[in-house]
Amino acid sequence: METFFDNLFSVFFIETLLNGLLYGGVLALLSLGLNLIFGVIDVVWICYAELVMLGMYAVYFAHNVYGLPMLPACAVAILAVALLGYILHRVVIAHVLGKAPINQLLATGGVLFFLQSIATLIFGVEFLSVGVSLGSFQITEDIYVSKSQLVAFIIAAVTVLGMYLFLSRSYMGAAIRAISQDREIMILMGVDANRLYGITSAIGGGLAGLAACLLALQFDVHPFVGISFGPLVFMICVMGGLGNLVGGFIAAFVFAQLIATGSYFADLEWGAVLAFCVFVIAMFIRPEGLFARKS
Amino acid sequence: MNRQILMGLGAIALIAVPFIGVPPYWLHIMIVILIWSFAYTGWSVMGRFGLVSLGHGAFMGIGAYGTALLWNHAGMSPWLGIPIAMALAGLFALLVGYPCFKYRIVGHYFALVTLALSEIVRQVIVATRDHTGGSLGYTPEPHGGEGYSIVALQFPEKTHFYLIALGVWMVGLIIWRAVDRSMSRYALEAISEDEDASASVGVEVTKEKLKITVLSAVMTAFAGAMYCQYQMFVSPDTVSGIGISLQIVFAVVAGGIYTRFGPTVGAIITIVLAEVLRINIAELEGLFGFKPAGLDNTIYGIMLVLFIIFLPKGVLGSIQGRLFGRSA
Amino acid sequence: MTGQASSGAAPMLVLDDVTAGYGDFQALFGVSLDVKAGEAVAVIGPNGAGKSTLMRAISGMILLKGGTVVMEGQRLSEVAPHKIVEMGIAHVPENRRLFPRMSVEENLRVGSFAPPFRAKYADRLEFVYTLFPRMKERRNQLAGTMSGGEQQMCAIGRALMSDPKILLMDEPSAGLAPVIVQQVFELIRKIRADGLTVLIVEQNVQQVLKVVDRAYLLEAGTIRHSGLAADLLGSEDIRRAYIGV
Ligand SMILES: Nc1ncnc2c1ncn2[C@@H]1O[C@H](COP(=O)(O)OP(=O)(O)OP(=O)(O)O)[C@@H](O)[C@H]1O
Ligand SMILES: [Mg+2]
Repeated sequence: METFFDNLFSVFFIETLLNGLLYGGVLALLSLGLNLIFGVIDVVWICYAELVMLGMYAVYFAHNVYGLPMLPACAVAILAVALLGYILHRVVIAHVLGKAPINQLLATGGVLFFLQSIATLIFGVEFLSVGVSLGSFQITEDIYVSKSQLVAFIIAAVTVLGMYLFLSRSYMGAAIRAISQDREIMILMGVDANRLYGITSAIGGGLAGLAACLLALQFDVHPFVGISFGPLVFMICVMGGLGNLVGGFIAAFVFAQLIATGSYFADLEWGAVLAFCVFVIAMFIRPEGLFARKS
Repeated sequence: MNRQILMGLGAIALIAVPFIGVPPYWLHIMIVILIWSFAYTGWSVMGRFGLVSLGHGAFMGIGAYGTALLWNHAGMSPWLGIPIAMALAGLFALLVGYPCFKYRIVGHYFALVTLALSEIVRQVIVATRDHTGGSLGYTPEPHGGEGYSIVALQFPEKTHFYLIALGVWMVGLIIWRAVDRSMSRYALEAISEDEDASASVGVEVTKEKLKITVLSAVMTAFAGAMYCQYQMFVSPDTVSGIGISLQIVFAVVAGGIYTRFGPTVGAIITIVLAEVLRINIAELEGLFGFKPAGLDNTIYGIMLVLFIIFLPKGVLGSIQGRLFGRSA
Repeated sequence: MTGQASSGAAPMLVLDDVTAGYGDFQALFGVSLDVKAGEAVAVIGPNGAGKSTLMRAISGMILLKGGTVVMEGQRLSEVAPHKIVEMGIAHVPENRRLFPRMSVEENLRVGSFAPPFRAKYADRLEFVYTLFPRMKERRNQLAGTMSGGEQQMCAIGRALMSDPKILLMDEPSAGLAPVIVQQVFELIRKIRADGLTVLIVEQNVQQVLKVVDRAYLLEAGTIRHSGLAADLLGSEDIRRAYIGV
């Protein structure tokens, strides 16, 4: 017990919590994109994390192979994944709209297989590192925060805020929220649903691309990197209520803390296990409102 | 009547397979198909009612690892270990299923929750690497003596295992039919149509769903244990995680979710496809001088997508639909 | 089919031999009708007659299987369905169909989505709020939490945001208390007085025939009868079948 409390009050634990907070920003960004797609198109992209993985490769190739500076490299990655999101919608999703959920899940599940293995085919299975180190940042005598995490957090927070403003203030944002509530009558509002879906898919892809840039600052990329955060993002979205952007945002921070704490006391995997257990328990007690139910 | 004779002849033919000099490779493929068919049938008993679980990899994993761990660490015979692992899988299904069903987590939500579930089991297997070998995989310890061991349920002879797998597969079909003819079927069909309406006419929604989920989980865990006993090796990626869960669902849908032999047809299609791809890719390796790793799965992924878009009722479902004008 | 009842102005909206349905199911069998500028026309008929289908066929929610819909000389089949609203046709759908988790004002805003309407947003909002002061009071309330009458006002307001030439209304009085129903018909009078053309589907036959100029009787997907509202109101058959006197 003594060691437990020692652990609990050590500066490293505070550092862990801080890191959890910063990681939460990236998770929030990840869940935002998935949530947006689901909210609007009513299809879950099971392959969402694999789009992020390709985005990380895009950063790597633009920056490390073709020598672009980091910022343009990130812009390339964002555009590339946005395009990929659009193509995914056009080539796959458009054909399963309105079909049974199982078929939609499997179609995007097939894309998951495809993306993973084509990445293996093209890029191999090595872990590639973008290798940009921003150093770290001293808060107190003993507490350091990595600058890349801080940058990732700030960019994620700004993006989430920007998305919020876009959705609440612009005509396009209003239409995006409206179509998620009643798609059939959008035509009466002068909205071309297919075009709106395409735009939303591109935005969702762009968010995945941005998340990829932020993750590439902190993690190596390999074809299966998606698995390491994909399920987590799904849990976050369910916990926050699929399509409920605010709920997803809060859940992202809760989960990030759980993972940070779990990995502090044991392994990283246990962090994920802890998060899942809390998730199941939360489902049992069901804090009213945490789950937006689809009617 | 005719149908029964046909089935009887089919059964005799299948039993005869190992005694007519079928090459070991083909026997192996058939064993794998039978085991997976049983797992897929296990998934389909709940999947056909709209309970789309993407978490069955979790139950496979529990069955496989549970049995092997109990044997290696506690020296417990699979005769005991398998039931315990199955019970564990059932318990796990209850634990996750209860809140899901009670709070009406359905459709996409249910799929995602269960997807996370299968991934968590994989993570636990990896995290407990000191006991499970982590991502490198795990081997049940050989029973020590020569040849087969009934106590250890280890049968190096393919013929023995083939006959066991065949029996298990048939039991799976019998279970499928029992579910198909049970009262629960009507309740569950009503539930999948309209939960509120069913509840209002007295269907115990949560209970019915839990019953079928536990049955399904237990069957899948058994398949996991079988797989482990046959291969004498398991790794987290071959029995658990998203990949396996998706593969299970895909195979069932490819074969036909509403027909008894659908999951079996799905197993044949997916396993033969994967084998053909694997072998041809290996030949390409000789051609190119390097190994195009991932090419088989790339093609596999594309075929999955094409299948879902163009044959959403599955092969068997579509054929039956054509032949009998039935809309499955 | 023209030349009945009121004469003078050229028809604004003309339907000729329209057939439509859902998948293999056909709901309309060669429907022809017309609405002149400034007119108010009702479509009445039993449940399942195809009244809502008719409205949906006009506003582009479903595609025609045959026949034509012409708005001010322009065939609507040549216009992309989502552009029909820009032709000046606004549709208040059956059951209101508001966006329940958006505020009143956001609902109205979506009504101005099409780029040509955006410039007029402030004016139209002002107009709707003048017509329905109640909506102004409730501007920040979630649409789904309002009473049925308020929701109907909001739905009409949303359609008016596009400054339409013709307003299609599908059973605006359905499910409302008698007092509110009175208000709805009062409102229709008011809208008409502003010069807006109206095509309305109603179950409340007696009341609607008092506010419209002409009416069509639709049964089983075909027009069975049409004429001046006053004549229909006097017709023994109509009274027996639809007014229940
Ligand atoms: N979305 C749909 N899909 C299939 N059939 C439909 C659909 N909507 C309506 N129908 C069918 O089309 C026919 C006409 O329906 P419609 O809604 O136009 O009738 P209505 O006259 O508006 O009836 P009500 O007075 O009850 O509103 C009905 O037989 C109905 O069952
Ligand atoms: Mg109607």
